[in-house]
Amino acid sequence: MDAAQALRELTEVSSQIEAACILDSTGAEVGSTLEDAAARKRFADAARELIAEALGVPHEPGDAPLAQLEAATLEGSAFVVIEGDLAVAAVTRPEPTVGLVFYDLKSCLRAAGTPGNGDGRPRPKARRKEASESAA
Amino acid sequence: MRALRKLFGFLTLVGIAFAGIVIYRRRFVARRERIDLYFEDGSLLSFEQGSDGAGRLLPLAHQVITAARS
Repeated sequence: MDAAQALRELTEVSSQIEAACILDSTGAEVGSTLEDAAARKRFADAARELIAEALGVPHEPGDAPLAQLEAATLEGSAFVVIEGDLAVAAVTRPEPTVGLVFYDLKSCLRAAGTPGNGDGRPRPKARRKEASESAA
Repeated sequence: MRALRKLFGFLTLVGIAFAGIVIYRRRFVARRERIDLYFEDGSLLSFEQGSDGAGRLLPLAHQVITAARS
């Protein structure tokens, strides 16, 4: 499933999420729920800055990498989930159901990064037939 | 009877004022801005409004929200 399809499913599943975008490890936007090109760029740039600043926050015990964040403001909440080479940033109304939003964002990222029918489950790789099997 | 009515009116006013205070506190005082960072080892860093971390991260979060709604 590609990022655009994963994001479409995300907004269908979660009524709390107003907008979301997916960035790759270089910070490039690979998908967004916004349609206007300028708005997409502003959203992706802002998300990239937030992620970069959050990744720079010193964290002592074990120095485990950042996995996710929630910024709760009076006007709404901003969420980021980082998994593998992808990160998804999303915006919700104020006081969302935090656990549910994180769950939906993780499912979206898994679906976006997984070839298959979009259920987020990794598909088994096709097995190459051994030479002896094919010869038999 | 008149005194009872006055007392009832006074108690109603007090009740309304109390409810107003509770609603005001819930909407504007209790809801402070904050940012929570969750790490892969399960640890959590929470920055409340006014702290150093929040001072750097919250303006960026505001930018994200504004950009998403533009």
